[in-house]
Amino acid sequence: MSLLEVKNVSMFFGGLAAISNVSFSVQKGEILGLIGPNGAGKTTMFNVVNGFYNPTKGEVYFKDKKISGYKPYQICRLGIARTFQVVKPLQRMSVLDNVIASAFLRAKSRAQAEERAIETIKFAGLYDNRNVISKGLPLGKRKKLEIARALATQPEMILLDESFAGLNPSELDDSIGIIKKIKDRGITIMIIEHHMKVIMSISDRIVVLNYGEKIAEGTPYEIGSNPLVVEAYLGEAQDA
Amino acid sequence: MPKLEVFLQTLISGLLLGGLYALIGLGMTLIMGVMKIINLAHGELMMVAMYIAYVLFTFFQMDPYLSVFVAAPVLFILGIALQKFLINPVLKTDAIIPENQVILTVGIGMVLANLATIIFTSNYRSIPVDYATKAWYLSDIWKASPIELSLSVPWTVSFLIAIVITVCLWMFLAKTDLGKSIRATAQDNDAALLMGVNVGKMRVITFGLGSALVGAAGCLLIPIYYLYPDLGGQFTLIAFVITILGGLGSTIGAIIGGLILGIFESMTATYAGMGWAPVGRFVIFIAALIFIPGGIVSLLKRKRLGK
Amino acid sequence: MKKYLPLILLAVFSVLPLLGLSSYVMHIMIFVIMWAVIGMAWNLLGGYCGQVSFGHAAFFGIGAYTSGILYSKLGVSAWWGMPLSLLVVTASSLVIGYIFLRLRGPFFALGTLAMGVILRVTAENLTAFTEGDLGIMIRERTWVEKIWYYYIILIIAACTFYLIKKVVESKLGYYFVAIREDQDAAESLGINTTYYKTVALCLSAVITGLAGAFYTNYMGYIDPKVVFALHDISIVAIMVVMVGGVATYWGPLVGSVIMVVLAEVIRSIPKLGTAHHTLFGILLIVIIIFLPNGIVGDYKKLKRFFGVRRAL
Repeated sequence: MSLLEVKNVSMFFGGLAAISNVSFSVQKGEILGLIGPNGAGKTTMFNVVNGFYNPTKGEVYFKDKKISGYKPYQICRLGIARTFQVVKPLQRMSVLDNVIASAFLRAKSRAQAEERAIETIKFAGLYDNRNVISKGLPLGKRKKLEIARALATQPEMILLDESFAGLNPSELDDSIGIIKKIKDRGITIMIIEHHMKVIMSISDRIVVLNYGEKIAEGTPYEIGSNPLVVEAYLGEAQDA
Repeated sequence: MPKLEVFLQTLISGLLLGGLYALIGLGMTLIMGVMKIINLAHGELMMVAMYIAYVLFTFFQMDPYLSVFVAAPVLFILGIALQKFLINPVLKTDAIIPENQVILTVGIGMVLANLATIIFTSNYRSIPVDYATKAWYLSDIWKASPIELSLSVPWTVSFLIAIVITVCLWMFLAKTDLGKSIRATAQDNDAALLMGVNVGKMRVITFGLGSALVGAAGCLLIPIYYLYPDLGGQFTLIAFVITILGGLGSTIGAIIGGLILGIFESMTATYAGMGWAPVGRFVIFIAALIFIPGGIVSLLKRKRLGK
Repeated sequence: MKKYLPLILLAVFSVLPLLGLSSYVMHIMIFVIMWAVIGMAWNLLGGYCGQVSFGHAAFFGIGAYTSGILYSKLGVSAWWGMPLSLLVVTASSLVIGYIFLRLRGPFFALGTLAMGVILRVTAENLTAFTEGDLGIMIRERTWVEKIWYYYIILIIAACTFYLIKKVVESKLGYYFVAIREDQDAAESLGINTTYYKTVALCLSAVITGLAGAFYTNYMGYIDPKVVFALHDISIVAIMVVMVGGVATYWGPLVGSVIMVVLAEVIRSIPKLGTAHHTLFGILLIVIIIFLPNGIVGDYKKLKRFFGVRRAL
C-alpha cells in the first residue's frame, strides 16, 4: 500500500520553481531512492514532505491523510522522521543526550526515554561513544547520530538526506548495514543520495528529479538504462 | 487653505527629517547586511561624532557642516578599531548564548555613553550657529502664493548634504571595485570568499563605513538637536526601525524607510501631539519585525516577480 | 558531598542573619539573593532555551506594579501582589510570547528590548493607574528589621533553584536545550518549538515577576524608571548570568554576588561613582571576549589560565 503520496506538488520561491508538478508514491516497507543532479530539488522535496515548506501547489498524503501544511513537529509525531544533509547535532549535548531528547517524543518517563535511547544507540553502533559531546564527533559518527536520533522517535517512515556523503569505504559499508537493518524493522525509507553505487544497490525503486521535474521512476535497473537519466547526469547520452 | 498649508508644511518637515533619518539608517543597514551584526551602539557612535563637532565648534569655531570632514574619518577609524579588536574576537568564541555579539555592542554603547557623561556631564548642549533659526519662505520666491511654506535653513542644508552623501555612497557601492566587493560580501559571504574578496577586510571596512555615515549624520543633526550623552538610545532605535522597515542590507530600503519614518513622525507630531512619537516608532518597529520581516524591498521584489 | 551542596548552602544562608549582621549588610544580602532569583529565571529562558531576552525588566515591573497598584488603588496589602503577580505575569507573558517568540535570535532580543521600553513609557503615561513618574509609595512598613524580608526571598530562591533543577533534568529541559542548539532539528524531532518556548518564557517571566512584587514590598517605593529600567534591570539580569555562568545551576548565584557587591563597591568610591556604567560595560565586554560562558560555565578555561601561571 502507498504509505506516502506526493500529488502534483510544485514549490515556488518568488518566481522560481524549485519543484514542478511532481507526483510519486512510496510503498510501505520499501526503500525509495530520490536522485538527481545538484539543484534538482531533492532536499526541497524533503522539506515539503517534512513540513518545513508548504507546497505552493499540490498535496502530500501520509497513510491517506493530508499532511501538507502541517508543521514539522506534527509530521514527526504522525510518524515521519528526517535527517539533514548538513548534519545538525545538538552540539553541546552528548550522543546519549541527543538521542534521549529525541526519544522523549514517545516515552512516558525519563527512564523509558533513556532506555529507548540506549537501545537505539546500540543499534546504530554508537554505544561506545555515548558520552562524547557530539561537537567532537567525526563526520561518520555524526551522520550515524543523525540517523539514531531520527530512529528514536519510532517513525514509520524515515527521510535520509545524503547520509553517505563524505564517508570512507568502511563507514559506507557500516551505514549500508544500518539501513538494511532499518528496513528489516519494517520502517519505510526514502533516501537522497549522490553515491550511485550505494543507491542502486539498496533501493527497491528510484525517482529521478532534474530541474525540479520528475524525469523517471522505476527499478534501479530501469533507471540505470534510461537515457534521460544518463543525459541529466552526464549532459549527453553516452554511446555504449 | 490653512489645512492644506499645515499638511504641506508637515509633509515637507517630514521629508527633511526623513532624509537625515535615512542617513542614520544607511550606516546600520550596511553593517547588518554585510556582517549580519546587530549594532546596539549605533546611536552612541553618532553621539560621539556630535560631541566631536561640539568640541570643534567650542574651541575652534568650526562650523558643524565642516566638522563632517573631521568626524566622519574619526568615526571610520573608531569603527574599524571596534570591529577588529572587539567584535571579530567575539564572533570567534564558542558561546552558549547565540546573541553574544549583540550583548557586546550593548556593553560598548554603555561605555561610550558613560564616558561622555563623565567628560561632558549630562547637561544639554547645543551649537548656537547663527543660521539655526533662519528659514526660507515660499512667499519670498512666489509673491502671490496662496499658502505660506517655510524651509528651515539648517534642516534643508542638512537634508541636501545628506542627499549628496547618500548619492556618493550609492556610486561607491555600485561603481567602485571596493563597493562591489562589499555588496558581494553582503549577498553571499562564501561566494565572495571564493571570488577572491578579502571578506575579513570587507567586514572591517564596512563597520568603519557604517560608523562614518552615522558620524556624518550626527554632524548634520547637531545644529538642530540638543546634545546629551544618552541621546544615542533613541537614534539606535530609529536606525533599527528604518533598517527593518526598509529591508536588511538594502540602501534603497533605508532611504524609503527613512522617508516614511520621517513623514510618519512629522504627521504624528502635528496631528497627535509630541508625546506620541516614540511610541509610534516602537509600534512601527514591532509591526515591521512581525509582518514584513524582509522589509519594504521584499514587498517590492515580490511585486516585480509577479508570483 | 557535591550532591548536598545546595542543602549545605541553604543552611549556611539561613543561619547567616542570626550572626547579628548590620542592616546594610542584610540589605546587600537580600539584593544578592533577589538578583540570583532573577538571574536563574533569565538563565532558564536565555541560557537553557537560547532565547535571549533584553526586556526582562518588563516582567519585573509588571510584578512590581501588581503589588503597587493593589496597594494604591485597592487599599489591599501589597503582599497580596506576590501571589497575584503569578497570574498577571503569566497572562502578560502569554501575550508577549505570542507576539515575540516567532522572532528568531537577535530579532527576539530586539523585540524584547522594545517591549521593555514600551512598558516603561506606558507606565509613565498611564498615570491614572500607576501614578506615572510619581511612583507608588507604601507607607506602612510591614517589618522594620530586614531579617524577615531576607527569609522570604531566601525561600523564593530555594524554591526557584529546586524548580529549575527539576525542569532542566526533565523532558522540558532536554527540549529547551534542543531548541537552543538547533531549532529546525528540534522541530523535526517532534518538538513543538513554539509551545516549549512559550513555556520557558512563562516560567522565566513568572519567577522574575515574583521578584518584582517582592521588591515593591521590600523597598516600599517603585516608579517606572526604576522597575522597568533597561540598563539597571534588563541588562543587569543578563550580566548576572553571563558573568556567573550561562546554563549552569550555580552561575546566577555567583554572578549575583559579583554584580551586587561590585555595584556597591563602585558606588562607595566617590570618584568611581559616575563611572558605574562604564565599568559595567567594560566588565561585560571582557567577559564576552574571554569568558563567554561565565565563570562557572567556562570554569575549565579559568583553571587553565591560572594553572599556567602557577607552572611558571
